[in-house]
Amino acid sequence: MKPPDFDYVAPTSVDDAIKALGSDAEAKVLAGGQSLIPLLAFRLAGPSLLVDLARVDGLDHITDEGDRLVIGAMTRQRRAERDPVVAERCPLLVESLRHVGHPQIRSRGTIGGSVAHADPAAELPAVVLALGGRVHVTGPSGDRTIEAEDLFQGFLSTSIEDGEILTAVEVPASGPRTGWSVVEIARRPGDYALCGALCQLQLDDAGAVVDAHLALIGVGDRPMRAHAVEAAVLGGASPAEAAALAPDGLSPGSDVHASSDYRLHLATVTSRRALTQALERAA
Amino acid sequence: MSDHAVTIRVNGVDRSESVPARLTLADFLRERLDLTATHLACEHGMCGACTVLVDGETARACLLLTVQADGSEVTTLEGLTEGDKLGPIEQAFWAKHGMQCGFCTPGFVLTIAEMLDDNPNPTREEIIEGLGGNLCRCTGYVKIVEAVEEAVSLRGGGA
Repeated sequence: MKPPDFDYVAPTSVDDAIKALGSDAEAKVLAGGQSLIPLLAFRLAGPSLLVDLARVDGLDHITDEGDRLVIGAMTRQRRAERDPVVAERCPLLVESLRHVGHPQIRSRGTIGGSVAHADPAAELPAVVLALGGRVHVTGPSGDRTIEAEDLFQGFLSTSIEDGEILTAVEVPASGPRTGWSVVEIARRPGDYALCGALCQLQLDDAGAVVDAHLALIGVGDRPMRAHAVEAAVLGGASPAEAAALAPDGLSPGSDVHASSDYRLHLATVTSRRALTQALERAA
Repeated sequence: MSDHAVTIRVNGVDRSESVPARLTLADFLRERLDLTATHLACEHGMCGACTVLVDGETARACLLLTVQADGSEVTTLEGLTEGDKLGPIEQAFWAKHGMQCGFCTPGFVLTIAEMLDDNPNPTREEIIEGLGGNLCRCTGYVKIVEAVEEAVSLRGGGA
C-alpha cells in the first residue's frame, strides 16, 4: 500500500531535530527508512510528522577512539561495511552487516536506525549487546549514554525516551588475538534469521579464552546475551559443551517459520558453530 | 499536509516538482515523470522490482520518500543506456532468455549493473548472492544467472 499522509521536516542540527520532535506528540524520527517506510506502507505506523535526520550535521562519522569505535547514527550501513577502520577495529560488525537485508537495503539503512528500531532478529542491536557497547542519545534535557544491556526493553522497544534522538553507537575496539563469527539459519539469504549467533572471543598468549561475547537473535522479544555460554567458554569448556547451555533461560515463540523447540535447537547449533569459527580465527 | 519542493537529477536531467511527503520515489518516477521502467510490486522492500541507483548506489525506490531524495542523482533503467540501443546486460538477458514475463527485469538489470561495476568477474556463488535481493517468479533464476555470466563476457570481463 501507499504510506498514510504525514508531514515532513529535514532539520540540519540536532537541536532543531529535537525541537521538531518535541513540537508534535505523534512525530517520529526517520533515519534510513528501511524499516519505518514498510511499517508506513502496511499502515502499522501513522505518525503525523517525520523528522528526517539525513541532513543533520555530525551524525555521519566513523571515529576510532583507541579502545572504542564510535559510529554516528546516520552512517549508512554500506559505508560501515566497507570502511577499513571498522574492518580493523570491529570485524564482528562488518561480518554482521553482510547479513543485514541486501545491498540495496544497506545503501540506505543506517547504523543508528537499526539499533534504535530494536528488531529482535536484527544483527546490529545484537552486535552492540554482545560487545557490551552503548549508545549516545540527546534529548530536550541534554546528552546521556545508555548501556546496551539497559537499552533493549522488548519487541521494537528501547529505553530511548520520546523526544530523544540516538546520535551515535559505541563499541569496544577489538584487541589482539581476537576471533569473531556470525552464524545464522534463515530460509533465504537476507531474510531475518530463524536464529543466529554473534560471537567474539579473545585469547591470551597461551591460547586460553580471556574474553567471551555471545548474543543470540530470533529467540526472544529482544537480542539475548548468552551469559551461561560465555562463562563456560571462559572456564575452558569446548564449543560443543558451552553451546549446550545456549537455550538456558530462553523461551522463544512458535510461528509459521519455526517452532519454539526448533529455535532452541538452533540456538545450540548456531552457538557451537560461531564459537568454533571464532576460536579458529583467534588462533 | 503541505507539499514540499524537491529537485532531483533523474537520468542526467534536473526535475523540480512539488510533492507530498508520503509520495515514494517509485511513484514520483512513474506518475510524475512517466518513467515507467521502474516497476512496483510489493511496495514494502521485499521484491526489488523498483531498484534504481541513488547517487550511484542501488536502492529500493519504494522505500525512499521523494523528499528524502531531494538533491540526489537518480538513475533508472531508462537512463542506463542511450536511446533504443541495448546495453550489455540487456543484450545478455535477450541472448540467454533471462526473462519470461519481464516484470522483475528492470530491477535485476540495475542490481547487475552495480554488481559488475563493483566486481567485473564474479563467481557463480557471488552472482547468486548478489541477486538475492531481487525476486523473479517465472524463471527459477537459472537463466538470469546465465545472463549475468553472458554480460560479464559482453562487457569484456571473464578469464
